Amino acid sequence: MDLDKNKPGSAPARRRYVTTRRLDRIFVELANIYRFNARFFKEMWFPPYEFKEIIKQCYEIGVRSLPLISLTGFIIGIVFTNQSRPSLADFGATSLLPALISVAIIRAIGPLVTALIAAGRVGSAIGAELGSMRVTEQIDAMEVSATNPFKFLVVSRVLASTLMIPALTMYTTLVSLLGGYLNVHQNELTTLTTFFYQVFDAITFLDIVASSIKSVIFGFTIGMVGCYKGYNSSKGTEGVGKAANSSVVTAMFLIFIEELLIMQVINAIRAF
Amino acid sequence: MEAKEINPNIDRNEKVISIRGLKKAFDDFEVLKGVDLDLFKGENLVVLGRSGTGKSVLIKIISGLLYGDEGSVNVLGKEVGTLKPRELDALRLKIGFSFQNSALYDSMTVRENLEFPLVRHAKHMSEAEREELIHYVLEAVGLAQAINQMPSELSGGQRKRIGIARTLILKPEIMLYDEPTAGLDPITCIEINNLINEVQSRFNTSSIIITHDLTCARAVGDRVVMLLDGQFQREGTFEEVFDSNDERVQSFYNYNFID
Repeated sequence: MDLDKNKPGSAPARRRYVTTRRLDRIFVELANIYRFNARFFKEMWFPPYEFKEIIKQCYEIGVRSLPLISLTGFIIGIVFTNQSRPSLADFGATSLLPALISVAIIRAIGPLVTALIAAGRVGSAIGAELGSMRVTEQIDAMEVSATNPFKFLVVSRVLASTLMIPALTMYTTLVSLLGGYLNVHQNELTTLTTFFYQVFDAITFLDIVASSIKSVIFGFTIGMVGCYKGYNSSKGTEGVGKAANSSVVTAMFLIFIEELLIMQVINAIRAF
Repeated sequence: MEAKEINPNIDRNEKVISIRGLKKAFDDFEVLKGVDLDLFKGENLVVLGRSGTGKSVLIKIISGLLYGDEGSVNVLGKEVGTLKPRELDALRLKIGFSFQNSALYDSMTVRENLEFPLVRHAKHMSEAEREELIHYVLEAVGLAQAINQMPSELSGGQRKRIGIARTLILKPEIMLYDEPTAGLDPITCIEINNLINEVQSRFNTSSIIITHDLTCARAVGDRVVMLLDGQFQREGTFEEVFDSNDERVQSFYNYNFID
């Protein structure tokens, strides 16, 4: 029997100490995340409402993302159609391309690509902005002037992100379908009417509802993660960089997990 | 150095801040070890001390940004640690806090920075009244021409002035200055010192000035206290505080270039 393992300062005791400290930190972080989310849901209902700031953030998140989203969505539509054609051509089923594109883009690619791009563009911007406001004491300045910084900065950004990501998702989906149409039209000479007739014929009401719910959840996740990381960023410029970086990484990780879980739920509903 | 104008109508025996036995620790490091402090109406109180001695922590506790571990902090008759959020906000409207780095909102112009507290806390004011007040405080800090500039376009001294103007706009009774002259050139330091004195006489404020700059302490302080080892060790006028054989006090004096 190892009699030294409980001795203070021994290697096993140090390992236990380090493990306990790590676990402590994880639980404290989980409690902080819970409190942050709970505070958001509590504060969003009560006045004063920062409408001006919400509209400003909607513009920042929604309108200013349009060029990047348009380009990405359009290219993805073309590339996806191009890459799918050979597989269908092997079975002589290229006429099913619009249906395939429709299901893939509306069910998964549209919401996922929009969320990933927004996580990179919007999540990092929110994380860096709030992080730098924390470091330069701007958040403290709001607090001492009796303005609720959580309401002004966090509630407005999370609401704007939750509202704008679904709108951007619809837009990305449309632009991707247009990209797909151009490719199909060029190769199979399909008309716009026929293409969109097949697109809408292939999807169900459940697909649109699921896609919308998914994008609302993605939007909330991106806003919340960016705000949490930035608002609680540690002091110093290094903290700002870390807040921006971990906003993107954490949001992307959560988006994939959420996609997986929502897909399972929707498939279960579809089977039912 | 300009002579200070003192308002004779102010009752200088009235306490606006009273701190007793205040203790504050971060993990195992005890920053404040039972601090007692009074700020009287209309006076400029300078808190001197080396970096990391808890000077800024003290004013953050006074403004409710941090909480003390033990002791009482009474501001304008209210016990800060026991106030509900709404009561704390009401008290904060009577306290102006000038941050070390000015803490101007980067994404807003000078006008929007000054408008920010007004829009939220002076809803009864018309747009014209608001505009008039903004011009008044900007004029008071000597930067009326900077109204449409972004904070990034201003120098360190100008940012400091706008930071002070932003706190003055709600007409506070107490001003808390955190290192007002840190990082500024000597000429700008003198300008800021004069501004602090002008704010005291023009707006009848009671102020706590946190600094390690002895030139600033001598120029603005009606009374000076020195924070050493988590407690106030010396108190009095500038000359009285440094009339000491304590090696820590003397070394602090000698490392500052004054006179």
